[in-house]
Amino acid sequence: MAFDFLQDKDRIFTNVYGFQSWDLKAAQKRGDWDNTADIIKRGNDKIIEEMKASGLRGRGGAGFPTGLKWSFMPKESPDGRPSFLVINADESEPGSCKDREILRNDPHKLIEGALIAGFAMRARAAYIYIRGEYIMEAKVMEAAVKEAYDAGLIGKNAAKSGYDFDVFIHRGAGAYICGEETAMIESLEGKKGQPRLKPPFPAGAGLYGCPTTVNNVESIAVVPTILRRGASWFASFGRENNHGTKLFQVSGHVEKPAVFEEAMSIPFKDMIEKHCGGITGGWDNLLAVIPGGSSVPLVPAHEIMDAPMDFDGLSALKSGLGTAAVIVMDKSTDIVRAISRLSYFYKHESCGQCTPCREGTGWMWRVMERLRDGDATIEEIDTLHEVTKQVEGHTICALGDAAAWPIQGLIRHFRPELERRIRENAGAEPVMEAAE
Amino acid sequence: MAEAPNIPDELEVRAKWGDFKFTPANEKLAKWQIAKYPEGRQKSAVMALLDLAQRQVGADTETQGWLPVPVIEYVAAYLDMPYMRAYEVATFYTMYNLAPVGRFHVQVCGTTPCMLRGSDDVMAACKNKGMAKGKTTPDGLFTLTEVECMGNCSNAPMVQINDDNYEDLDYDIMTRILEDLADGKEIPVGSQIGRKTSEPEGGPVILKDMVKANHDYRKEW
Repeated sequence: MAFDFLQDKDRIFTNVYGFQSWDLKAAQKRGDWDNTADIIKRGNDKIIEEMKASGLRGRGGAGFPTGLKWSFMPKESPDGRPSFLVINADESEPGSCKDREILRNDPHKLIEGALIAGFAMRARAAYIYIRGEYIMEAKVMEAAVKEAYDAGLIGKNAAKSGYDFDVFIHRGAGAYICGEETAMIESLEGKKGQPRLKPPFPAGAGLYGCPTTVNNVESIAVVPTILRRGASWFASFGRENNHGTKLFQVSGHVEKPAVFEEAMSIPFKDMIEKHCGGITGGWDNLLAVIPGGSSVPLVPAHEIMDAPMDFDGLSALKSGLGTAAVIVMDKSTDIVRAISRLSYFYKHESCGQCTPCREGTGWMWRVMERLRDGDATIEEIDTLHEVTKQVEGHTICALGDAAAWPIQGLIRHFRPELERRIRENAGAEPVMEAAE
Repeated sequence: MAEAPNIPDELEVRAKWGDFKFTPANEKLAKWQIAKYPEGRQKSAVMALLDLAQRQVGADTETQGWLPVPVIEYVAAYLDMPYMRAYEVATFYTMYNLAPVGRFHVQVCGTTPCMLRGSDDVMAACKNKGMAKGKTTPDGLFTLTEVECMGNCSNAPMVQINDDNYEDLDYDIMTRILEDLADGKEIPVGSQIGRKTSEPEGGPVILKDMVKANHDYRKEW
């Protein structure tokens, strides 16, 4: 059965390419801030129920159901502590570039979403944590927030809903780890971004020790449209348990890399053909794909071709949807170098708090660099695999896992290539590959 | 974690920056940043104030700016926090320069998505203009840094030079950008091959109605 591509009328981010202005007037013409007070008057619980029914899973990578996450926030504060919403705009996962388009082209969707989500979880303010390198994007967000304050859409009696809600922009300064929710909270408090041990979970004690929910930009920015069009509309896209529309970001060896919104569960091949003009050199030239940003294991060409691009479809391939940042590699790619460069990234970005990650990321990178030239022994591949297993799951946050998985994926699918390089470097006779 | 920078001699730095103070305009911005956070949580503004201070140093030295120790001390005192806590922040995040940089801080992204689309060529263009990683050119014009993913992956390869992104690069385009910067010419930021933002090259395949007019899709719901 042919896939039903998402139609323009069902796209949430209609100004994703920024052909039109981001400003309040233009955003209102596109439907933002349209009677927001009516949505808020439905009440906290109704909004959370609707979000649960929509099937929205967090768009920051882990895919945790958004409505359920909100429901963990306390209904009332026994000791007077306020609650906070923190919006994660620290988009730093290699391959990811979707939040940037929301920040600079559709900022009012995010601010309106912040108000509604903040109200639903009974927060008094939202902090939007924008990565430091997004300098122009942060300027647009600051200007958009000012517009919203001036128009009475946020602040006291926000959008005439009777609810007081503030939105603040906090800029990062270059640290991938601050995308981890507790590291982000530490950073917001003016410290080094080193993740905290959980528990306590942020919903119990987060920013300034107050109940806090951290949500990705896209998860928040889709909220107003979902509530306007209804949970069943959103849930009509994608397979069971993987509903909705999603911003995909394709980079690497395709004819035309792009960011675009599509229905979840779109088959990989259809997606690339329609939106990116195919693989460079044709489909026979495809080597492997990293389907969800650098942290997820790669998937070889023959497995990904017909795979549905959603959480369950990709985890069935021992990979993941992550942020839907699709990195495509054709047969010209030095696959070992491509993964080794990711190992360098994790070495660079390790916060240094946990020993397995601090020492392991550097060690793994150095071995990967030797494997590039085959300057190793066959047994070292097994040692490397074993070390990735020792890093994985033995750190406070998931950066250790994220550093381990790409290497595990490489060994799982490209071990013959690693061995070939080792044998060639050792000067042995080139071994004939068995014909398939 | 990044490689340790060569922090300049402290006595010289103290002589030059010992009496650093925010300008009145920056003082206003600093107060505005601090007001974003609850009472008693002014420490949260340390990142913003360090950035502000670095920019002020940059304006004084006609570079991207950096953070001499006395400037970090000033920011720490400004926020009533121990110097070491502010220093920790300055060293943890990569965007704070702990040593002077040139007029243009050329930050080439080298992470895999950019690498796949030719960041080696962008780096080569820089090196052929006499730059070396982590070094400033003798004329003080360019400092070259290889940075990690900047989040412009669908417009790879890219470079961030001071506050501006230049995307969809190749060797020749990068060479031209460096020459134009040295000549003091204005260069359009963003995509260098005519893309508006991250739509496919040659024009969008979706949302075509949005190109010419601010189309309201609600009528079609």
